[in-house]
Amino acid sequence: MYPAQFDYHTPSSIQEAISLLTRLKDDAKLLAGGHSLVPMMKLRLAQPKHLIDLRKVPGLSGIKEQGGAIAIGALTTHYQVESSALLKQKCPILPETAAQIGDPQVRNMGTIGGSVAHADPAADYPAAVVALGAELVAEGPKGRRAIKADDFFKGLLTTAIQPDEILVEIRFPSWPAGTGMSYMKFPHPASRFAVVGVAAVVTVDGKGACSKAGVGITGAGTKAVRAKGVEAALAGKTLDAATIQAAAEKAADGVDVQDDPLQGSVEYKTHLLKVYCRRALEAALARAKK
Amino acid sequence: MAGKVLLTLNVNGEQYEVAVPVHKTLLEVLREDMGLIGTKHGCELGECGTCTLLVDGRPVLSCLALPIELQGCDIVTVEGMASGGRLHPLQQAFAELGAAQCGYCTPGILLSAQALLAEVPKPTRQQIRAALAGNLCRCTGYTKILDAVELAALRTDGAADVAEATR
Ligand SMILES: Cc1cc2nc3c(=O)[nH]c(=O)nc-3n(C[C@H](O)[C@H](O)[C@H](O)COP(=O)(O)OP(=O)(O)OC[C@H]3O[C@@H](n4cnc5c(N)ncnc54)[C@H](O)[C@@H]3O)c2cc1C
Ligand code: FES
Ligand code: FES
Repeated sequence: MYPAQFDYHTPSSIQEAISLLTRLKDDAKLLAGGHSLVPMMKLRLAQPKHLIDLRKVPGLSGIKEQGGAIAIGALTTHYQVESSALLKQKCPILPETAAQIGDPQVRNMGTIGGSVAHADPAADYPAAVVALGAELVAEGPKGRRAIKADDFFKGLLTTAIQPDEILVEIRFPSWPAGTGMSYMKFPHPASRFAVVGVAAVVTVDGKGACSKAGVGITGAGTKAVRAKGVEAALAGKTLDAATIQAAAEKAADGVDVQDDPLQGSVEYKTHLLKVYCRRALEAALARAKK
Repeated sequence: MAGKVLLTLNVNGEQYEVAVPVHKTLLEVLREDMGLIGTKHGCELGECGTCTLLVDGRPVLSCLALPIELQGCDIVTVEGMASGGRLHPLQQAFAELGAAQCGYCTPGILLSAQALLAEVPKPTRQQIRAALAGNLCRCTGYTKILDAVELAALRTDGAADVAEATR
């Protein structure tokens, strides 16, 4: 099975990639790991006349620490995130999430930037991106801008990235001491995509009260969202079992849970969200106390 | 522009020059333009793993890879596993234990397993399962496949001697 014919471009800098995008406009698609785009092209759900391959563009891949925050290049593969010693120490929810994506073959080629730019409603990373309060750095003809995670995911396969922009980097802020984090996912038994996925990040102060919380939800609706109701129910409280249970009950508030014959009914996914939210909060809390 | 591009690919340690349309995937170029038909077509959408091969030692789906991006990489297909007429220890163990029935999934599984053993010489059963999670088999029920990977790992202390030892 072939994709439809296209012209192939390998820009050697970000600027060159942007000028290609600006010139070719809607006829062009950026290619990262190709693990969402190539299947779509084979199925003729996408038929770009031009492919702009980002893999040889220098400076788009890698994981580094900058003033406490972590910056991950858009072209960094799921495998690189999964196996990063720096991330395991500083931001363990990212390797934990990456390790749950698809299978080894997918993780060797798929990229973090491709995943969030594609914005599949069942993708895993978006939950952690929202929960951690990441910034997504896009570069276009007018230069770079940082987009807050809460403003990034706009809807089904839609983000705030403009057609002439490239996602270059994702920045994860550092969280205070006393923070624990966890991603819990109910994978679809066949595809391994998230039927529901919940990323929970909680900080507890010296007295055991929750001083900061971030909870991101993926899978159930058309886009990844922040579980504001859950966060509000945790704020300032001592995180005992009853508090966590009550907070997790709000996991589906504000989520446009979709009915799907293959993924489950609204009722089923709403139930899963609450269960996985409780589990993610419990695991995050246990790690925060360590 | 649907012209062909001239590519240099390094497959199983040999350099090949092929002129192919740029939109053909690596799977098709290997099978149709290079005569390497050990790598199999399955779903062709990334789901079944039967088209798996190794790129710089790591398992990759050839049905989703464009060969033009893989120039300069080391590509290994199932044809590259045996050396000097001797089966790779994994192939030997699969044959002995009946870990292949129709054999359609076998090339991909052998290569995923080879990548695992290169990284983790004595894997647990759970690690084997995780490494083979992207390879579907419709025949065996997987148990014999897991057994065969374990057997190959057990025998592999200095991989080169194993084929000899199991002759
Ligand atoms: C069998 C299988 C199972 C999978 N299971 C999971 C799973 O369990 N969980 C999960 O989260 N994902 C899963 N995936 C998807 C996988 O993670 C993809 O790799 C990912 O969604 C897309 O990343 P990519 O690098 O392959 O992007 P590509 O496919 O190359 O690109 C995807 C889209 O994003 C655009 N794009 C890519 N990079 C950029 C950039 N830097 N800036 C702007 N736009 C860009 C492209 O133009 C394209 O429209 C699975 C995929 C397969 C094939
Ligand atoms: S043929 Fe490539 S994964 Fe099925
Ligand atoms: S042996 Fe037939 S698919 Fe695995």
